[in-house]
Amino acid sequence: MEYAGTQMQPVLELRGISKSFGSIKANNNVDLELRRGEILALLGENGSGKTTLMNMVAGIYFPDEGQILINGEEVVIRSPKDAFDHKIGMIHQHFKLVDLFSAAENIVLGVNDGSKYNIKNVNERVRELCDRYGFNIDPKEKIHEMSVSQKQTVEILKVLYRGADILILDEPTAVLTPQETAKLFDVLRRMKADGKSIIIITHKLHEVLSISDRVAVLRKGEHIATVNTAESTESSLTEMMVGKKISLNIDRPEPKDTVWRLTVSHLSGLNEEGLPVLNDVTFSANGGEILGIAGIAGSGQRELLEAIAGIYNPDSGEILYNDPKTGETVNLRKKTPLQIRELGVRLSFVPEDRLGMGLVGSMDITDNVMLRSYRNGPLNLLDRGTPRQLAQDIVDDLSVVTPNLRTPVSRLSGGNVQKILVGREIASAPSLLMAAYPVRGLDINSSYAIYNLLNEQKSHGVAVLFVGEDLDVLLALSDRLLVLNSGRVAGIVDPRCATKEEVGFLMTKSHDEGSDSADDGTEGGAL
Amino acid sequence: MKFLDFLLNALAIGITFLYGSTGEIITEKAGHLNLGIPGIMGVGAACGCAALNVLCSTGTVPPALIVILGILAALAGGALMGLLYSFLAVTLRSNQNVTGLAMTIFGIGLTKFVFNRIQQTSVDGVKYLIAKKYFRFPFAWSTTSLQYLGVMVFLGIAVAIVSSIILSRTRVGLHLRAVGESPATADAAGINVTRYKYVATIIGSAIAALGGLFYVMDYSGSPEAYLSVEAMGWLSVALVIFSLWRPYLSIIGSFAFGALFILGSFLPSFGLSVDVATSNLVKTLPYVVTIIVLIITSIRNRRENQPPASLGVSYFREDR
Amino acid sequence: MAATTKHSGAVKEPLIHITRRSSMAPWKGILIRAAAVVIAFLLSSVLAYLLIGADPANFLKKFFEGIFGVNAMSANLRLWKLAKDTAILLLIGLALTPAFRMRFWNIGAEGQVLISALAAVAVVIYLGDKIPKEYNWLLLLLMLVASLIAGVIWAVIPAIFKALWNANETLFTLMMNYVATYFVAYCLVKWTPDGSSVLGELPKGHLPELGNSYVLLILVTLASTVFMFVYLYYSQPGYEISVVGESQRTARYIGVNVKKVIVRTMVLSGVLCGLAGFMMVAALDHSVTVTSVGGRGFTAIIVAWLAKFNPFIMILTALLLAFLNQGAGQIATKFGVSFAFPNVVIGIVLFFVIGCEFFIRYKLHFRKRTPAADADNGKGGASL
Repeated sequence: MEYAGTQMQPVLELRGISKSFGSIKANNNVDLELRRGEILALLGENGSGKTTLMNMVAGIYFPDEGQILINGEEVVIRSPKDAFDHKIGMIHQHFKLVDLFSAAENIVLGVNDGSKYNIKNVNERVRELCDRYGFNIDPKEKIHEMSVSQKQTVEILKVLYRGADILILDEPTAVLTPQETAKLFDVLRRMKADGKSIIIITHKLHEVLSISDRVAVLRKGEHIATVNTAESTESSLTEMMVGKKISLNIDRPEPKDTVWRLTVSHLSGLNEEGLPVLNDVTFSANGGEILGIAGIAGSGQRELLEAIAGIYNPDSGEILYNDPKTGETVNLRKKTPLQIRELGVRLSFVPEDRLGMGLVGSMDITDNVMLRSYRNGPLNLLDRGTPRQLAQDIVDDLSVVTPNLRTPVSRLSGGNVQKILVGREIASAPSLLMAAYPVRGLDINSSYAIYNLLNEQKSHGVAVLFVGEDLDVLLALSDRLLVLNSGRVAGIVDPRCATKEEVGFLMTKSHDEGSDSADDGTEGGAL
Repeated sequence: MKFLDFLLNALAIGITFLYGSTGEIITEKAGHLNLGIPGIMGVGAACGCAALNVLCSTGTVPPALIVILGILAALAGGALMGLLYSFLAVTLRSNQNVTGLAMTIFGIGLTKFVFNRIQQTSVDGVKYLIAKKYFRFPFAWSTTSLQYLGVMVFLGIAVAIVSSIILSRTRVGLHLRAVGESPATADAAGINVTRYKYVATIIGSAIAALGGLFYVMDYSGSPEAYLSVEAMGWLSVALVIFSLWRPYLSIIGSFAFGALFILGSFLPSFGLSVDVATSNLVKTLPYVVTIIVLIITSIRNRRENQPPASLGVSYFREDR
Repeated sequence: MAATTKHSGAVKEPLIHITRRSSMAPWKGILIRAAAVVIAFLLSSVLAYLLIGADPANFLKKFFEGIFGVNAMSANLRLWKLAKDTAILLLIGLALTPAFRMRFWNIGAEGQVLISALAAVAVVIYLGDKIPKEYNWLLLLLMLVASLIAGVIWAVIPAIFKALWNANETLFTLMMNYVATYFVAYCLVKWTPDGSSVLGELPKGHLPELGNSYVLLILVTLASTVFMFVYLYYSQPGYEISVVGESQRTARYIGVNVKKVIVRTMVLSGVLCGLAGFMMVAALDHSVTVTSVGGRGFTAIIVAWLAKFNPFIMILTALLLAFLNQGAGQIATKFGVSFAFPNVVIGIVLFFVIGCEFFIRYKLHFRKRTPAADADNGKGGASL
C-alpha cells in the first residue's frame, strides 16, 4: 500500500463534531480521521448519523460543535463550494444531474475556471479521466439515456473533474447490481492507488470487508470505534453496529386464535429503473399476530406492501387473501385498490410517505379521515357527518394535539399526523393492517401509542404487517420477524429468542458471495 | 414573381414572430412561461413608436440615429416589462400564468392608450411612420416586396442566431438551460439561479419587444396596426412550441408561420379562387400545426423536444 | 445548497431570510389584500394625473360616477350593467375553477365560450326558420345543447391528450382559442350574404326577459355558483378533483382513476363554458363576433385565481374586476382617452394583488448587517 509508512498525518480529521436537528441529536461528539490514500468505510444502521456527519464535511450542513481539519489545519466549510475549494467532493445518494444534458455538460456545470468554454475540450478532459480510472462513459451521452450506475459514474466524474482529493460516497452500492458494485470497487481501488482518499458510507458488511482499509462504526450518532478491516469479521462488526440488545417496555401479548389470512408466494417485480426489487418473496401472515418485517432501507419493503395494496404491480407471483367472514380466498395481484375494496377485502395501509400518499397535507382532518370512506355518501355527495365524528374520536382517543378538526394536517406535528393516519386506517375495522415505518420521526410517547394500537388490532384478530427499522422494537413487538435482504426473504425468525446480531446478519449478508470476489471486472458496462 | 413576392412577405411578417419567439425561448429556458409576451410586444411597439414620433417630428435627427434610438426605446420598454415580470414571478414567487396574463392585459391596454394618445396629439397625422423608410434600409427604394427586407429583418435573424449560439455553445447558455431544467441542480452547482432568471427574462422581453416595433411601424406601416399586435404575440408563443424551444429552428418556423399567416390573402394571386371565408380558415393553420406538433412531441415523448422541465414552477430553495 | 447555519461568528446568511408561512389569521390576509387594492387604486389615480391630467379628486369622482351614475336613472342603468358584467365574468370563472383545483391550467375559456356562442348562433341560422315561432323553447333547447356540446368538445380535446400523453395543457388550450377565433371569422363571412361579417341581431332564439335581459343571466350565474360550490366542496367528484390536484399518489392510494377524473373535470369545465356561450347569445347579444368574449376568458382566470378557486369569493373578485373596468371606462370616456385605459388600471391593480400574495404565503426575517456578511458577498460562484 502506498500510504503505509509514508506519513501518518491524516488528510481529514473530525474532532468532537455534534449536530442536532430540533430535539434529535444526529451526531454527538464524533471523532474521525481519514488517512491519505486509504478507503475508510463508515458503517452504521439507518439513522446512525453517517450521512449527516459526511454532509458536514461536504458543506451541506454546518456542525453545531467541533472542528474539521484538512491536512492538519482547521477549516470552515459552509457550502459545497467551500468543500470543493478544499478538494472534497461528495457523491450523494440522490443524484443532482440535469437529465437533458450530456455527461460532460453536467460535469462542467457551475465550474468557472476562467477558461473559454468549449464542450469539445470538456469532452476530452472527461475522456482522459475515464481512461485514467477505467470508467466507461461517453461524455456526449445524455443522462436520461443512462443507467443508474452510469449516472453514479457521472457524479463521481463531476467530483474528480473539480479536482477532489477526498471523495465521500454515500451508499453508492444501494442502487447497483453485484456486477456493477464489483466494477465500482475496482474504480475506487484505482483512485486509491492514484493517491485519493475515500470514505464510503455503507451498511453492507461484505462490502466493508472487501473494499475498505479501515472501518469506522457509528451507532445512534456516536462514534463507537475505528478498526482495521483486516482484523475484523462480519460478526465483530455487526456487534459494534447494532450494540447490545436493549430491553424495551413494549407489550407482546401471546397470540391466540391465529388464523391464516394472507399468503404471498413467489412475488417478483422490478423497480422504475428496471432492477429487481422483489425477488421470489414468499411468506404467510395470520390474523391475531404481528408479522414484523426487517431489512435495510430499500430492500423491497415498500414495493411489497404497495403490491399487496394494489398500488404497485409486480411481474409474477400470487397474493392470496383469505376472507375471514366468507372463508373464500382471492388473488389480489393485478387488482387496483378500488377492485380490492370492492371484493370486500378489509385492507388498511399506513404508507411510509404520510403526507405524499396517506394524507393530503392541505386538507383538514375531517377531509383526510374521509379519504377512505368518501364514496359512502348518498347521491354522489359527501357525507362529512360520519367522518367528522370519526375524526373527533381519533383526536380524542389518540390525544391528537390540534386546534380543531378544520386544521390542515400539514400544520400538525409528525406524531399527530401519524396518529390521524393510523387512526383512520384502523377505523375501517381491517382484517389486514400494513404499517410502514409507523413511528419514524415520532417521539417516545407517540411511538408507544402506535405500538399499543398495533397490539390492540392484533388482539382483535387482525393480521398486522409491521415494517420497522429499529431492531430493538421489531424484536420486542413482533410475533414473527421476516427479514428482507435485496428483495428476497433472508429468513423468518422467532423474535423471542433471536438476537440482534442474527437479524443484522440476515439483513446484510450477501446472497452470492462469489460476486464480491469478482475483482477483475472486465465485463462491459458503466464502471 | 408572385411567388417571390409571397416568399418575401412571408419572411418579413415572420420576423415579427421570430423576435417574439426568440425572446420567449430565452425566457422559457430560465423556467418562465411568460404569457405576457403579447403585452410586452405591444409595449415595445408603443415605446418605440412614441420615441420615433418625437424624433421624426423635429426633422433634424439623422436617419441612422433615428433607427438606433427607436430600437433602443423598444428594447427599454420590453426590458422594463421583463423586470416587472421577474420581480413578481421570481422575487415574489407569483403564479407565472396569472402574472403573465396580467402583463398582457396591462401591456395591451397601455399600448392602445399610447397609440391613441399619439394619434390624438398629432394633428397632421402620426409621425412615427416616417421612420419606416429609414428602417427599410437598404431596400427602401424598391417597389417590390424586397422593400420589406430592412435592418430589423437582418437584426432579427442575427439575434436568433446569436441566441442559438449562446444557448448551445457557451457557459452562460449551459447555466441558463440548467436553471430552466433543474434549478435545484443549478443552485447546488453554485449557479446564481435568481440572477439568471432575472437577466434571461429581461433580455428575452427586450428582444420580444422589438417584434412589436417591427410589426407596427415597419412591416405593416399602418396607423391601425397596433390593434392586431396582441394576435402577433400569441402566434409568437405558439412558434416557441413549433420550434421545439430552439432559436435556430425558430428562424425556419417563423418563415413557415409567416407563410401560413399570409397564405389566405395570397391564394388568389396564385390563381386559386378562395373567398374571404376560406382565407380565415387558412389563418387557423399556424395554430393547428402547432397543436399537431405539441401532440406529436407529447406522444413521442422525446426529452429533447419537451418544454424546460421546471417551466412554470417557482423556485424556492427551502422547499427542497 | 448553501448551508444556512446558526454558527456564531462569520456565517454567510442573507440579509433577508424568507420562510414559508404555515398560517395567517384570515383577517390579516384580507387586510393585506384590501391594502393592495387601495394602494394600486391610488397609484392609478396618480398615473391618470400624469398621463391625462385628471386631478385625483376628479378621478375618483368620475370613477364612481361610472359605477353609481349621476342620477337615479343612470344609476339604475349602470348598476345593472355592472351586475351583468360581473355575472358573465363569474360564470366563465366558475367554468375554469374545477380544472384549476385539479392543477389543470385551462387557459382556453376564451375559445371554449366563443365556440359555444357560435354553436348557438349556428342553430338559429340553420334551424331558426324551420321551427315555428310557438316552439321557441325547442329552438332555445337546441341552442343550449349545441352550445354545451361545442364547449365540451373544445375543452375535452386538450384533456384527453393530457390524460393519455401528458401534453402540456396550458399551451394546448391557448392554441385552441385562436382556432376558435378564426373559425368564427370563417363562419361569419359564410353567414353574411354581403361578406361583411356583421351578423346583426338574430330575430329568433331569444330567452324571455324577466324585467330586463340581465336578470335571467344573473339568476343562472347564481345558480351555477351554488352548484359549483356544492360540487367542489360537498360532492364525491369534487373531492376527487381536490385529491388529484394535491397529490396523484394519494389519489392512486385511495383507488381514484386519475385519467378519468381529468377528462370528467374538463367535460364539466366545457359544459359551463357552453352555458356561458349560450347565455351570451340567447340572453344578451343575440349575435356573435370574433370579439364576443373579448378577453373575458383570460380575465376569468384571474377572477378564479384571486378567489383561491372558491366560488363564493369569486363573486367578489368578479365584482372587483367588473367594477374597475366600468369605473375606469367612465374615466376614459370623460377624459377622451382610449377605451383601453381600464385595462391599464386593471393591470396595475392585478400586479399589486398578485404581488401581495407573497406577504401572505411567506414571512420575511430581517437580519442586521454584519461585516462578515459583506466580506462574503464578493465570492459568488458562476454567474452572469
